[in-house]
Amino acid sequence: MAMQMLPPDWPGNFWAHWAIFAVAVLVFVLLMVIVFIWFERRAMAVMQARLGPNRAGPFGLLQSVADALKILIKEDIIPARSDKLVHWLAPVVAFVPALLIFAVIPFRGGAILADLNIGILYIVAISSITTVGIFMAGWSSNNKYSTLGAMRQVASVVSYEIPVVLSLVGVILLAGSLSMQQIVAAQNIPFILLQPLGFLLFFTGALAEINRAPFDLTEADSELVAGYMTEYSGMKFGLFFLAEYAEALAISAIVTTIFLGGWRGPLLPDWLWFLVKVFIVFFVIVWIRTTVPRLRIDQLMALAWKFLFPLALLNLLITAIEILVWPAVSLWVFVPINIAIAIVLVVLWSKFFKLGWGKVEV
Amino acid sequence: MKFERYGIGIARGLSVTIRHLLRRPITTQYPEQRLNISRRSRGNELIWDENKCTGCGTCAKACHIGAIHISTSTNLVDNKYKVEKYEVDTGCCIFCGLCVEACPFEALFLSYDYERSQYRRGDLVQTKEMMMETPERKVSGYFYPGRAAKLPRQSLLVNNDRGKT
Amino acid sequence: METTKEIVINTEPFVVNFGPAHPSTHGVFRMRMTLDGEVIVDMEPVFGYLHRGIEKLAEERTYTQIIPLTDRLDYLASMSNNLAYCLAVEKLAGIAVPERAEYIRVIIAELQRVASHLCAVGFFLNDCGAFMTPVLYMLRERERVLDLFDMVCGQRLTYNYMRVGGVSQDVPDEFIPAVKKFVREMPGWLDEYERLLKENEILLARAKGVGILPRDLAINIGASGPVLRASGVPWDIRKADPYSIYDRFEFDVPVGLAGDCYDRYRVRVEEMRQSLRILRQAIKDLPRGGEVRSQVPHLIRPPVGEAYGHLEGPRGELGFYLVSDGSIAPYRFHVRAPTFINLTALADMMRGWKIADAIIVFGSIDICMGEVDR
Repeated sequence: MAMQMLPPDWPGNFWAHWAIFAVAVLVFVLLMVIVFIWFERRAMAVMQARLGPNRAGPFGLLQSVADALKILIKEDIIPARSDKLVHWLAPVVAFVPALLIFAVIPFRGGAILADLNIGILYIVAISSITTVGIFMAGWSSNNKYSTLGAMRQVASVVSYEIPVVLSLVGVILLAGSLSMQQIVAAQNIPFILLQPLGFLLFFTGALAEINRAPFDLTEADSELVAGYMTEYSGMKFGLFFLAEYAEALAISAIVTTIFLGGWRGPLLPDWLWFLVKVFIVFFVIVWIRTTVPRLRIDQLMALAWKFLFPLALLNLLITAIEILVWPAVSLWVFVPINIAIAIVLVVLWSKFFKLGWGKVEV
Repeated sequence: MKFERYGIGIARGLSVTIRHLLRRPITTQYPEQRLNISRRSRGNELIWDENKCTGCGTCAKACHIGAIHISTSTNLVDNKYKVEKYEVDTGCCIFCGLCVEACPFEALFLSYDYERSQYRRGDLVQTKEMMMETPERKVSGYFYPGRAAKLPRQSLLVNNDRGKT
Repeated sequence: METTKEIVINTEPFVVNFGPAHPSTHGVFRMRMTLDGEVIVDMEPVFGYLHRGIEKLAEERTYTQIIPLTDRLDYLASMSNNLAYCLAVEKLAGIAVPERAEYIRVIIAELQRVASHLCAVGFFLNDCGAFMTPVLYMLRERERVLDLFDMVCGQRLTYNYMRVGGVSQDVPDEFIPAVKKFVREMPGWLDEYERLLKENEILLARAKGVGILPRDLAINIGASGPVLRASGVPWDIRKADPYSIYDRFEFDVPVGLAGDCYDRYRVRVEEMRQSLRILRQAIKDLPRGGEVRSQVPHLIRPPVGEAYGHLEGPRGELGFYLVSDGSIAPYRFHVRAPTFINLTALADMMRGWKIADAIIVFGSIDICMGEVDR
């Protein structure tokens, strides 16, 4: 099936291209976030032997709209001794980077807002700004438990950045370019098969960065603090909530583009494949949330530094060796080799992984 | 934290959750679907049989809250007291059924329904006109197996019966 | 030559209030924790928010009228409360119970144990963070048991079923086939729940080795039930001081080794399996026909004296102490609540652990505030 590649600056005029795509990205993200909230509630409910929301609108599709309306009309309470400007800015700083990531995601062949040749670097840089927003929220609330929660979040994000970036470098080595378009174009074999260990590391690290289970201790409601969102109400809380789902959408889109082959697929049109893959990745995220209990903060940091980080380094080393030593061999040879190496490494490293070299209990 | 089983525990848990996608949820969509409640259900009203009641007051003595108020007149007709006031404060009542068990003349029953909420607390008091057995106000089979046999069978979850519309 | 100055940062422990209204824990219970950073230095439990004066109310009610009051003590296992109270009155007044009533009591008590442990295990796993999935699965099984209880006595939470000298009414005809079906299917469901979370690495990391209750401390404070058995003491009242007809049944008592939260969770799951074993034997031996309530006067007047009737409830040794002065109401009525006594060790179990572990330790003791506060 011939891929209809749109020219990169369709429809010719720079400003028209930018305007159309900016509006399209905004609409896409907001719509998909609403659909994701509905999808998560229904999928989690069916896995828990019950029905999700099904009263507001057909199949409960308007439930998110009802929730959004409710949040909009709530009173906006600002603590008296908080830092007012920072308090007001924090939700914005937390939400906007999630939107900015979509500038470099290819939705279909050639349909991309800006085909930067440093696509992945841009994503890594922008996604760290969310943490600044969260810390601003925790700090400005004038509440020591919010600050504690926000500091935990900063510590966990900083710890998980490194395995995430290192696993991305493996993909970059295989594709030969940082640009997202090129990465999709280079995936004759989806990179999930060629980099199974990298996929697992990236997925785990990404879950930790977007604060979803099993790493959601900063927003857990059976912990002492309610996290950085305690002092927020009304639409500001709504923005944090949207930011969480927008980041989940962003991670699903990134995983689809980098590991699953983006919009490439045999029979269906390109944009449909993209949507299907994004939904599958999000379903896996919801599935994990439904099943797995939560980690404690020191266990979370130990997992990042002692388990994921060495494996990420090893993954990078092995990928580099494979590319250098056998450049002419067809890539299909590497699929079983890499999968075998991934399994062996995970099994072996699990045996060695202990908290505090075994001296610390649990 | 040890990771000795290299994630197999997590994988097994995930397999259990995914299997539930293929099962029917066990929710009953009330009020379109309803379950048949137990035949001996202790419902939210008391039902009184005027012909059998003699005004002896055993039920009022058996109630440990004092939710039953009886007032009789000494008009001895057919060797029975004339019961002038028979009032149950269903707001106080805990529906334990001790009064039903205590009645020696089988004149008091618990009702079979559960949808009996009112807007004001004063409306919860049942006077003797509101306690007659009618087709809408059915008698439950608590303590009376004869009456229980006439009621429909209970929907049980062990039988995967989740109600009908 | 440079001399390095030691900079000492003054930190002081601060007191935090885990208030009576929790997001997701069990009842109105308040803990005042002294924290040093994230580590708990000391903990002081404050309860009494659900005190309703049941012991005083019981002094003004006749012996039969107290039974609905006992329902509301440990409201997650009401049948055990009713049964323990009836055992105490029967011991005080010397009333015998017919055979069929004894078997029905055992069946109901073991079903109640299964239901209560399901609730306890589900909410413990929810506190570990698994977001309501174990809770909803366990509540689904509990629904099956509650349907059976609904069939027998008409209510799902406060049963008022046991009477002094037997049970209040005979079980209907469809009860025993339904119980048989439940007992046949339940081990399969238990296996599925074990597969869900028994070997989960994260659960092992959160619960293994956390909140250890040493054996000596457990015996010294008078703990009982799964909390005691998980610490390595094989003490079960059904075996040590058999009441009712428990000496006719064959079952094992699961005992843990380490006394941590994970062992308490495993002990409860194994106890559920043993309860199913007892249920199978009891259903087989249930005598057909016969009365279920011995003839006792409407107002019981036990002779002057005192009696203590106890049984192995789901949460531990549940005992009722009655002092009678010959009248229709007891002179003194006291409840030995198992969780109230198990709570004594909470401070020792939590010292040295972090805030996140405090919730898990608290959930593993399985508290029901109704009986702590009475």
